[in-house]
Amino acid sequence: MAEHTGSGQAGPGTRSAVVDTPPQRTVDVIVVGAGPAGSAAALEVARAGHSVVLLERGPFPGSKNVYGGVVYGRVLDELVPRWWEQLPVQRWVTRRSTMIMTPTQALTVDFRTRAWGGPPYNGATAHRSDLDGWLAGLAVQAGAVLVPSTVATGLLRDADGAIVGVRTDRPDGDLTAKVVIACDGVNSFLAKEAGMFAGKPSGHVTLGAKETLRLPRNVIDERFGVTGRDGVDIEILGCTRGIPGGGFLYTNLDSVSVGVVVDPHGLAAKKVRPEELIAELKRHPAIEPLVRGGELLEYSAHLIPEGGYDTMPELVGDGFLVAGDAAAMCLAAGIWLEGVNFAIGAGMYAGRAAADAVAANVVSKPGLASYTRMLAESFVLGDHRKLRRVPGLVLGQRMQQDYPAVLCDLAQGLFQVDNPRPKPGLLKLVRRVLTWHGVKARDVLSDVLTGVRSFG
Amino acid sequence: MSYAQQAFDDRMSTVDFDVSQRPHITVDNDVCRSCRTTECVYACPAKLFVPTSDGGILFNYEQCFECGTCYQVCSGDGALSWSYPDGGHGVAFRKG
Repeated sequence: MAEHTGSGQAGPGTRSAVVDTPPQRTVDVIVVGAGPAGSAAALEVARAGHSVVLLERGPFPGSKNVYGGVVYGRVLDELVPRWWEQLPVQRWVTRRSTMIMTPTQALTVDFRTRAWGGPPYNGATAHRSDLDGWLAGLAVQAGAVLVPSTVATGLLRDADGAIVGVRTDRPDGDLTAKVVIACDGVNSFLAKEAGMFAGKPSGHVTLGAKETLRLPRNVIDERFGVTGRDGVDIEILGCTRGIPGGGFLYTNLDSVSVGVVVDPHGLAAKKVRPEELIAELKRHPAIEPLVRGGELLEYSAHLIPEGGYDTMPELVGDGFLVAGDAAAMCLAAGIWLEGVNFAIGAGMYAGRAAADAVAANVVSKPGLASYTRMLAESFVLGDHRKLRRVPGLVLGQRMQQDYPAVLCDLAQGLFQVDNPRPKPGLLKLVRRVLTWHGVKARDVLSDVLTGVRSFG
Repeated sequence: MSYAQQAFDDRMSTVDFDVSQRPHITVDNDVCRSCRTTECVYACPAKLFVPTSDGGILFNYEQCFECGTCYQVCSGDGALSWSYPDGGHGVAFRKG
């Protein structure tokens, strides 16, 4: 084996270690990262009867993970029959609101349905330590070996460049395998080291920061108008001082989580910090009555890959697959905010592709190509391809800053009774509000057209 | 200590850390002193980058969320050396 060239630490710019082609591999498949993508991948490899190691750098699955609160479970239909009886849910989302705000106004579209309160449900809130632990547990039950507290610090390649394993930070920590599946999260150092991002635009990430606040269960039920295990998810636009992004508030069983998602470069530009934006959101007249008196249980933050389809890396290499956040499979398209479901889906297909390739004994790029095929035929790439133009639209200046103010002032103009003055005509009101905010009618029309085309 | 800093320390005290012996991020102040943007000061959610009077940056890795934001926003060539903490160490979110 060649001399160790890596620094022994996982980070950007790590160089792969070149090893002689190992005659015998430690295991069939190594999965790096026991998040939703990694655990789904390991589960499918183990179920196919192959040996698989699931590496996790944290002390337990989910310990490094944070999200915006809602997991959409239907992708689990393919993995776990009657999964809703096992999923460690805080609450089932039966009420979904989109709130548009200015510092003093809020306009909310509020939807609730009984249909989402029973099997097969729609979305659920959950803590990642519970959710990721449950998924990893399924993989372990199926025969995967979970190795926590272990960092994959780099890749092992053979003389031809094919990936044949990973270096870990354990003593004598080189592990070899026929296939390595990188589910190592948004910073995806392994995928970068493998060259999967070559020629791709970089830096399309947003920063999510969140507070989880303790409130008594009955207080949450009363404030949010729900009972039992029913819960609420509110997505918020216009709460970030014009920095591209948004906010959220959702209910757990006896806590609520509130936070913002912002372009990290925008924070310095506006000289504001993420926790200050959360504090402003919590003071907003539409939010304060919902979170009042909540005691901070945990503050957390994470990066989100929001660039969409056009920023995705290559997904298949020789002996190598990429899935989940590492492959930028997060959908942040205004009215849809999803990630865990894409991670589970991609991980599942990666696991199946790896298992098939191991069984056929062809683990080169062509041997693993069924992964891309399965992704393309599923929602994972289908949704991302369809909505590829949406991130640019919803993170633009008009959508972020102008439209929330325009819509709130329109609502105020419509509902305010200014007697003895007669009511203004709707068209006149629209023109007046657009002029106030310096928004041109033709830009609105153009955005509506782009929206129809992008969401269509 | 200012009230604001005390409040921020209280905020960070809600998060579990198992601090590694090895600093997983280091900052080269020779590069920082020539930085005009100091985006890290605003963007790091754990507020680990504190500007000093001589134009440098005071940095402490111990309460790091390992999110990668500093690595994303830093424009200084070689200012940051970034890696994950050793296995099992660093942040452990319970309510993520």
